[in-house]
Amino acid sequence: MSKVFIALQANEETRPVIEAIEADNPHAVVNREPAMVKIDAEHMLTINRESIEELMGRPYDLQELQINLITLSGNMDEDEDSLTLTWNE
Amino acid sequence: MQIDLRTVSIEPRRKAFDHLVRRFGDKPASRYQEGSYDLQATENLHYRPTWAPEQELYDPELSRIRMQDWQVLKDPRQYYYSTYTLTRARQQEATETNFGFVESRGLIDLVDDELRTLAERVLVPLRHLAWGANQNNTFVCGYGYGVPFTQPCMYHAMDNLGIAQYLSRLGLLFGGTEALDAAKLAWLEEDTWQGLRRLVEDLLVVRDPVELFVAQNVALDGLLYPLVYERFVDQYLAQRGGAGIAMVTQFQADWFVESRKWLDATLKAMAAESPENAAVLNEGLGHWTVRAQEALLPLARLALGDDGEGALEASAVDLAARLQKVGLTTEGGN
Amino acid sequence: MTTTAANSGTTAKTPTAKSGAPGAKLNMKDRYRVMTRDLGWEPTYQSREAIYPYVEYEGIKVHDWDAWEDPFRLTMDAYWKFQAEKERKFYAIVDAHAQNNGHLHITDGRYLSALKIFLQAISPGEYAAHRGFARAGREFAGVGTQVACQMQAIDEIRHAQTQVHALSNYNKFYDGFHAFADARDRMWYTSVPRSFFDDAMSAGPFEFMIAIGFSFEYVLTNLLFVPFMSGAAYNGDLATVTFGFSAQSDEARHMTLGLECIKFMLEQDPDNLPIVQAWIDKWFWRGFRVLGLVSTMMDYMLPKRVMSWREAWNIYGIENGTALFRDLARYGIKPPKGWDDAEQAIDHMSHQFMLAFHQWNFGTSFHTWVPSDEDMDWLSEKYPTTFDRYYRPRWEHIKKLEAAGTPFKNVGLAQLCQTCQLPCVFTEPGDPTTLCHREVEYKGEHYHFCSDGCQDVFDNEPEKFIQSWLPMPHLFQEDLAGSVPDWMQWVGLINDTDNGEYVGSGDEQNFTAWRRQTTSNS
Repeated sequence: MSKVFIALQANEETRPVIEAIEADNPHAVVNREPAMVKIDAEHMLTINRESIEELMGRPYDLQELQINLITLSGNMDEDEDSLTLTWNE
Repeated sequence: MQIDLRTVSIEPRRKAFDHLVRRFGDKPASRYQEGSYDLQATENLHYRPTWAPEQELYDPELSRIRMQDWQVLKDPRQYYYSTYTLTRARQQEATETNFGFVESRGLIDLVDDELRTLAERVLVPLRHLAWGANQNNTFVCGYGYGVPFTQPCMYHAMDNLGIAQYLSRLGLLFGGTEALDAAKLAWLEEDTWQGLRRLVEDLLVVRDPVELFVAQNVALDGLLYPLVYERFVDQYLAQRGGAGIAMVTQFQADWFVESRKWLDATLKAMAAESPENAAVLNEGLGHWTVRAQEALLPLARLALGDDGEGALEASAVDLAARLQKVGLTTEGGN
Repeated sequence: MTTTAANSGTTAKTPTAKSGAPGAKLNMKDRYRVMTRDLGWEPTYQSREAIYPYVEYEGIKVHDWDAWEDPFRLTMDAYWKFQAEKERKFYAIVDAHAQNNGHLHITDGRYLSALKIFLQAISPGEYAAHRGFARAGREFAGVGTQVACQMQAIDEIRHAQTQVHALSNYNKFYDGFHAFADARDRMWYTSVPRSFFDDAMSAGPFEFMIAIGFSFEYVLTNLLFVPFMSGAAYNGDLATVTFGFSAQSDEARHMTLGLECIKFMLEQDPDNLPIVQAWIDKWFWRGFRVLGLVSTMMDYMLPKRVMSWREAWNIYGIENGTALFRDLARYGIKPPKGWDDAEQAIDHMSHQFMLAFHQWNFGTSFHTWVPSDEDMDWLSEKYPTTFDRYYRPRWEHIKKLEAAGTPFKNVGLAQLCQTCQLPCVFTEPGDPTTLCHREVEYKGEHYHFCSDGCQDVFDNEPEKFIQSWLPMPHLFQEDLAGSVPDWMQWVGLINDTDNGEYVGSGDEQNFTAWRRQTTSNS
């Protein structure tokens, strides 16, 4: 029922990140605005390092996300392989 | 329609913000000035702290030092967030390269076992000491007065944390998490470290921001860094095949030299303000350098054996000379 | 030779430990643990109470500081690396903006009022947050908590500085920016955010975290930054977009800290629940009142608008806030007490506030104006149940008086709310035609409030809030003796330059003339 979200600056670095999120979270809704992309998802959203790396063609550290992060909502859990946002209901 | 705005030349209506014009004259201000001066509220503070109702929210009287204007305590490095962060990021990159070099070539394993054990025993527990320094500088930033004084203390605190973390990585290189556990046990129980731990805990209850600033950054670190990083790491270890260790502690050595400029400038400005200030500073320096020297002696002996006491004495002489240049002394004001 | 002298045995390493080092690669969580939490120790030479004297008096019970989770797990090396990258990007754009007269790219000079309010009211709050988090970063008794607060402390000075630096170039060309440091301590409307941050900083460390980390950062900061920065983007202000988004990249960390903090308190002991709930009630309302400033920026000051205050509230207030409080319900937390009153106020506050600013614009270091017909049509569309009914007639009346050359200027003093410091210009919940006013007698003195929410705050801590510095009465104190010109000088306001109507102002004339230069050859 509750939606989690993450918003990223819209630029070349986040393009593959957003693509990976879309692929890994079919239930997510991607809203593209002039300077930012906000992704909403019911209950949970997962960002996978491997998916991003595949699209980027280079190793990716999930902490790099912080450079382009605008905001998020939900309980966050991060390890080296994935970042998840969830609401408990 | 494309508008080419670069062709327009417009006369600015003013050069800088009012408070900077009053302070530095009617000319463009630097980003350090814009980011440092008069940013802290000074008037019409709304409420007394519930945690200490006798204090003001920003209270220059938390310190025995008195300044007509606390904002004369300029950081000669002119660090504001950006210049600070860019400088540390460059150093971080170099340190990362050094760690990578040492790790990939197994340089730590090449060090003679006895020397390696010694280095581990001397260096790794210092991460706890650096954590104490972090808390103390965070305190000075929190409770000190005026941005030019408090701002660099926050940067210094984060540097202290960075150093604690670099020492932790060195510990991991030496012997994984077991090395860190052993170092913590030594810090908590071994005789060598108890004087230092007592000193750090005693500093954690000092609530005069300037006294704490002097005790931690000038007295304790002013003796510790030359002793450990110059005399032990760069000289003793490096001469005996421990250059790999010196590579991964390079940051600490460079940082000490860099930050000394700021510390000395701050002391100098405070001491020059009044003989009363100089006396208060000398009293603090006298008390805390004696404490630091006593506390460091077992570590000096552990690190340098029979030469330890002399090396510590030499560091004390260097510190006294450094202080003399800014009009102060470790002789307790006598 | 030397090592035998002090061989106590506890750290003597067997050679086998050597091989364990490089191979034993720690995962992120374990690595963070050894890099931060393990740095601390249980003191024995001084008591915990002496070292951390402020962690108990608020009544929050903590049994295990190590239960604190920092999901971002940044070590300093990574912090320096990522933050430096943000800084390089930011200053490259700010430099380019200044070199290329970026200020002439904005849609209209009216937009500048939003920036002026931001610099006068919000940036000093960033600095205050820096100091507050430095104190929290020292006073909390757990390393994980301390480090997270310290990182926020250093981030907050970054925000204050990037804002001052980005807006510095506007100060060179436009009025109203030059005295922001004087205004911070003296101006009547900056007293609103000042009292908010002073209130938070004079509270204990846990309440501070709920005030800033949770209420402000988690519940409200999206409302401040995201729509406002999108507004800057729509209005051609690259410098502000850049500092806004650059700051927001840190806010995600701060919001998470706020949420982790509240969960930590609630998980530590059931006795913490009523204390935390009372703080949530208080700080939601305090934050909501501060955001009144933002509502006017969004609805009235952006020449090209992104979304209305109401729409922003629906997304970032209702949708996000509801999700959050539904999540926290498992601990017994209820939505803040003032939530329903806030919801009712949303369709009114920007209008009530802007009308107030306009009538008192002799005393504002920014310009105001009567909205154009087109603006009013937009407001009607966005506020279908309130604007045409209550506020359009008042603007039309003002417009008529101004057209007749007899503008209404209120040079009388507003009744200020003892808690939030805003003029009492808001209406009763459920009755938009009646001004809301509450009065309390405490120890023989009368105190005035703009709302039940603000009166509740006072009633819970009267000894704190009788100390409020109220900017209006100061005008009559000895140094100013009721003289408006003296007051203006004291707050750094240049009459007929920084204040008053936008139409006919120096800003309007200059912006128009400079823009003309860019599009013609004369």
